Amino acid sequence: MSELLDLTAAQTAASLRAGEVSTDELFDHSRARAANDDLGAFLWVAEDAPPPVSAQAPLAGVPLAVKDIFCAEGVPSTSGSRILEGYRPAYTATVVERLAAAGAPMVGKTNMDEFAMGSSNENSAYGPVRNPWDRERVPGGSSGGSAAAVAAGIAPWAIGTDTGGSIRQPASLCGLVGLKPTYGSVSRYGMIAFASSLDQAGPITRDVTDAALLFRHMVGRDPCDSTSLDHPEEIELPQADRLDGLRFGVPPELSGEGIEPGVLTVLKDVLGRVEHLGGTVNETRLPHSPHGLSAYYVLAPAEASANLARYDGVRYGLRAGNGDLLSMYEHTRAEGFGDEVKRRIMLGTYALSSGYYDAYYGRAQRVRTKIVADFASAFESCDFVITPTSPSVAFRIGERTGDPLAMYLSDYCAVPASLAGLPAISIPGGLSEGLPVGIQLVGPAFSENRLLQAAHALEGAIAFPTGPPPT
Amino acid sequence: MIEREQVLHVARLARLLLSDEEVERMREELSGILDHIEKIGELDLDGVDPTSHVIALENVLRPDEPRPSLAREAALSMAPQPGDTGFGVPSPGS
Repeated sequence: MSELLDLTAAQTAASLRAGEVSTDELFDHSRARAANDDLGAFLWVAEDAPPPVSAQAPLAGVPLAVKDIFCAEGVPSTSGSRILEGYRPAYTATVVERLAAAGAPMVGKTNMDEFAMGSSNENSAYGPVRNPWDRERVPGGSSGGSAAAVAAGIAPWAIGTDTGGSIRQPASLCGLVGLKPTYGSVSRYGMIAFASSLDQAGPITRDVTDAALLFRHMVGRDPCDSTSLDHPEEIELPQADRLDGLRFGVPPELSGEGIEPGVLTVLKDVLGRVEHLGGTVNETRLPHSPHGLSAYYVLAPAEASANLARYDGVRYGLRAGNGDLLSMYEHTRAEGFGDEVKRRIMLGTYALSSGYYDAYYGRAQRVRTKIVADFASAFESCDFVITPTSPSVAFRIGERTGDPLAMYLSDYCAVPASLAGLPAISIPGGLSEGLPVGIQLVGPAFSENRLLQAAHALEGAIAFPTGPPPT
Repeated sequence: MIEREQVLHVARLARLLLSDEEVERMREELSGILDHIEKIGELDLDGVDPTSHVIALENVLRPDEPRPSLAREAALSMAPQPGDTGFGVPSPGS
């Protein structure tokens, strides 16, 4: 049975369909593993078996780990924050509902940076998560629990959310595949909001096929999210093993200065494989991308400062203080939010405040326009933009906690695609210092099928192991 | 470096109570982050329209028909101080 959880989810689904194991047995086993997790990856583990799932369902009953940012009716949903401790939502996120209906029952809720603000999972109010590749290192963030759980073989697959890299960067640091879909293609209903113009849910999996399989059942317009829309294409399972005729653009702005040499070595190796598979590699400029991080750290905190205004001790969650109404608000928020969340609320409130709005928020929105235009012009001469996912391999727990800017730089390569709302996938490209290095492919809006095909072909050539890391 | 008074003003707008130690730390950290962010001031952005939303969607409407919504009991069930018909809060004071 434990060998089964080292398989990819699609392989596990095949075992379930062949009757080698029942969906109930698998769920129980997965639940037991999650309950014994010593990485800090889980914040809640299912107590009861889910309603019976048929192995003939599209996802065959393969259990799913769900980032704690997704609401699930009656199940603790904290978004990694003290302010939501004990909160049990009255409704379930559309994505969680859709995946359960397709045959992927939720086995547990995974640890995360508080309100998805972080790149190391160290901002969780419920403790850090350890990277199964090296337990002294971070798994990345903010979807760190989801990534660690899948990498360690505790869960066959997981969902996370990505605002400025929170699916791709942990996938990169844990040797996994992470897909951030086109903005709007997956419903945000029931996803606890961080920065609404950027937040997107997506899969974190052991291989590209699993990512396609899960994503296929996540997409689609949802009447409960007016920013969602139907994907123009049905999501296919990728089969490609060649890249003939495909043009890969390498932006010098995101593949030089500030990137670790070991990461650049892996990128170079992967570019060699692109050419070997029949693709072409050319330089493609994204001139405004070095300003992406600055624009992001105005826009995301600004949106967050508005979204997090709802945590005021009135309708749910923590209430503190025993004075008047204003004092109750201020004490509740002071006690309930952690340092990083306070920092971003302050930053966002400052950027939106009278006298500073134009200089910060207004300018950042214009930079966003330039970044969108950069990608549009890049895609005139290439099919995909290819970069490292993260400038570094997994760093040590505690290494960057004292320096917010150093932490923010983890998302340097991931943020431009987020600002432009484009689909981006991270796949393992190789190792540096014995730790995984992710390579990111970015495509035009709604190009997920082509992105998954290209990632699948590259994955075959790279042949990165899909099992848990060597111990 | 931003002033202590600015930090306190923004904290007040954000309804955040900060300790003296947090105010000092926030001054330093926010100043460092803002210095980095201010690099976007170097860009020529004249005539560039702002982007607030990346996907072309406008006026998403649905028929104006009544339908069931969350039951009052369910909405109140997670409140720190639920009343019979609403959320209990302390007096706004004077």
